[in-house]
Amino acid sequence: MDEQVKHATDGRAPVIEPGHTFATVTDKISSIVLTRPTSTGWFVGFGIAFLLTMMLLYALGYLFVRGVGIWGITIPIGWGFAIVNFVWWIGIGHAGTLISAILLLLRQSWRNSINRFAEAMTLFAVACAGIFPLVHVGRPWLAYWLFPYPNSMGVWPQFRSPLIWDVFAVSTYATISALFWFVGLIPDLATLRDRSTNPAAQMIYGILAMGWRGSARHWHRYETMYLLLAGLATPLVLSVHTVVSFDFAIGIVPGWHTTIFPPYFVAGAIYSGFAMVLMLAIPIRKVYGLEDFITERHLQNSAKVMLATGLIVAYGYIIEAFMGWYSGNRYDTFTLWNRLHGPYKWDYIALLLCNIVIPQVLWIRKLRTSPLALFLISGVVLVGMWLERFVIVVVSLHRDFLTSSWGMYYPTRWDWMTYIGTIGLFLSAMFLFVRILPMISIFEMRTLLPEAEVKE
Amino acid sequence: MKPTPVYGMMAEFDSPGDLVAAAERAHKAGYQKIDAYSPFPIEGLAEAIGFHQNRVPLVTLLGGIVGGLSGYLLQYWISTSSYPVNIGGKPYHSWPAFIVVTFEMTILFAGISAVLGMLALNGLPMPYHPVFNVPRFAFASKDRFFLIVFSSDPKYGAQSTRDFLEGLNPRSISEVPS
Repeated sequence: MDEQVKHATDGRAPVIEPGHTFATVTDKISSIVLTRPTSTGWFVGFGIAFLLTMMLLYALGYLFVRGVGIWGITIPIGWGFAIVNFVWWIGIGHAGTLISAILLLLRQSWRNSINRFAEAMTLFAVACAGIFPLVHVGRPWLAYWLFPYPNSMGVWPQFRSPLIWDVFAVSTYATISALFWFVGLIPDLATLRDRSTNPAAQMIYGILAMGWRGSARHWHRYETMYLLLAGLATPLVLSVHTVVSFDFAIGIVPGWHTTIFPPYFVAGAIYSGFAMVLMLAIPIRKVYGLEDFITERHLQNSAKVMLATGLIVAYGYIIEAFMGWYSGNRYDTFTLWNRLHGPYKWDYIALLLCNIVIPQVLWIRKLRTSPLALFLISGVVLVGMWLERFVIVVVSLHRDFLTSSWGMYYPTRWDWMTYIGTIGLFLSAMFLFVRILPMISIFEMRTLLPEAEVKE
Repeated sequence: MKPTPVYGMMAEFDSPGDLVAAAERAHKAGYQKIDAYSPFPIEGLAEAIGFHQNRVPLVTLLGGIVGGLSGYLLQYWISTSSYPVNIGGKPYHSWPAFIVVTFEMTILFAGISAVLGMLALNGLPMPYHPVFNVPRFAFASKDRFFLIVFSSDPKYGAQSTRDFLEGLNPRSISEVPS
């Protein structure tokens, strides 16, 4: 039974609309890069994102001149926006690896139309995330001290510290994500090399494709490698946010020192990541007319993943509150009280609304299939997940054991400029990506077509 | 004037099924040095041309072992002999704290080995290859499927191989100049 018939009978939307062939899939996706004129909308969008990137560079430049004192961080809140944003960005990246690696191992073939740009999203999100700890160390020009290298000072990093674990986890994650994305692109770069009529483009795509010719031997090794890389990336992605949660959970600060952190951080990461996938996929499929490839099925499935991970996150909040009460520890109990009644109570209430209450509308099928509703709900989830990290970092730190060491945190305009600037950097990279590289994996889409089946 | 050396004879097919069937028949007919080209991976095609050995998993495993061992030993050496620091009375060799970095190093080295191993075993990057001399080969990255018999095959003959490929009912046949 071919793919289309199968989906028609089980009543779900197809992964690819019927009627496509190898040639139409190839032409449709590669023409976006090769022949479609660059629209005014692209220039306007890229221009805005680029200006925000310039703002980021300005904020970072000023930071290098003046130091982290320009931010709102003080004692007791030494972490502030930098760590909130770091955790937020790295969490967003997780959905890309989940889609490309875990769903590949689970043979969820619908992933083939969204994995490429989800992986690109991962890469750019990790790049944005990486900026924050580097500039937060205070002397960013010495950030390489985080890596173990033989030096004349005779000192080495402290391997019992979760912050060093984080250096290894995040740099491994960035490297493996980049590799996964690039090897996934090689066969499509060969397609662009062969389709392109511009000599410069032929040369550049040709160099990047490394002489890929689609030999059966090559494909055989390629598929083995791809599967192995997916198998390696799967525990990796689960480990990265676990290690990020260790940055908190290993510390003895009330509100941080809980064993629920690793699973609830991972679920939260995938939750916010799928929200970002939807926020990118919905406008992209509309603007580039890719509704045939990114169908209602993809939107529905992503919404379901959001709903499920959102409920895991809700469970995490409930357990945190329960343990605060059940432990009988007065500091834990106070942390819970302080979240609900302290000076940041509106942040906590908004977080509960954004992450738990509002996304429950995804139970309604009609909203799961409405691109506009999904886009808005995804935005709400992204805000909610950002607030969650704010509550974890700032609200836990601002009132710990001794009342004499309590304080408040007020972000400055430099904090906001850096944060919004990284959103600009992320969007600039996405704009460039959809313009110069195939945003949907062409060769993996070909394998989904009914004509790809070999009849015995 | 010397004739141009010939690299092989190439036949073009319309569907993945035709290519697999053709590759199987060529292999059964005794051709050993053959290859097939397709725009996407086809299950069973590598077996059809008689390709079985695949060392990518071995390379990946070795990379992972090297990464994990070097990660653990680096931490062991630093923490016990090069730069021992007493942290809250914990033993210098506090192995549970070393697990995370060991794990990450295993994944990092295994992943890099998988990718570089695949590229190296495939002989890539290789910008020039004789098959690119066939103009129709540009469709191998779009919607056409190709079978080649290399001229180094002991059974290769300019006419006999052409006749054999004709029998497979291809869309076109071209000689590949070297």
